[in-house]
Amino acid sequence: MLHTVNKSPFERNTLTACIGHALPDSAILLIEDGVIAAVSGTAHEDTLRQAMNGRKVYVLGPDLLARGLSTDKVVEGVDVVDYEGFVELTEKHDKVQAWV
Amino acid sequence: MSEPWEDEGPGEVKKFMYVNRKAPYGTIYALESLEVVLIAAAFEQDVSMAFLDDGVYQLKKGQDTQQIGMKNFSPTYRALEGYDVEKLYVEAESMAERGLTEEDFLVPVEVMSRDDLARLMDEQDVILSF
Repeated sequence: MLHTVNKSPFERNTLTACIGHALPDSAILLIEDGVIAAVSGTAHEDTLRQAMNGRKVYVLGPDLLARGLSTDKVVEGVDVVDYEGFVELTEKHDKVQAWV
Repeated sequence: MSEPWEDEGPGEVKKFMYVNRKAPYGTIYALESLEVVLIAAAFEQDVSMAFLDDGVYQLKKGQDTQQIGMKNFSPTYRALEGYDVEKLYVEAESMAERGLTEEDFLVPVEVMSRDDLARLMDEQDVILSF
């Protein structure tokens, strides 16, 4: 399963809710304001590390750039993808669950 | 003969604070706040803008919206000075929680503690929240 999270961890608990329901071997893609969680040095870095525990975490590059967040500052182990990568992820997984 | 509205003079100047708490682009709040500030600037009031929580991201340097197909409105914050909107406050705690420093912002701002910002909010006549 591919899980998408589109809200900032500072604003909503959707990433935490997602982590609680995303089984091992599932993938999490951070999009829109959800990309804030992928940046290193924030108070929510631990939340991201929990997300990465046994799962692959991706972040949408175009949404990072729009917010002035550098892809260099993304936590190590998180993969930055473009829109093409987003499409590939939806193809690769049988289902998508959006944590809105 | 002058029109009636011209006789009223400047009237009482009130303190208006615009409180910005949302990251840009994910929701429309940041852009709407900016629009209202620019419109209200015509009324010559004592205007300030506060950026706290995810609102601090509105002032982040280097925003590039080309790939998401939305207008990058961040250069507008630099134009605020020309509309006599010169008081931009950033809450220190919100900035630190996000791993940001004063150098990350695209305009000069006054970084202020949460306590000081609370007191400043209390001094306002009107607070508009976005």
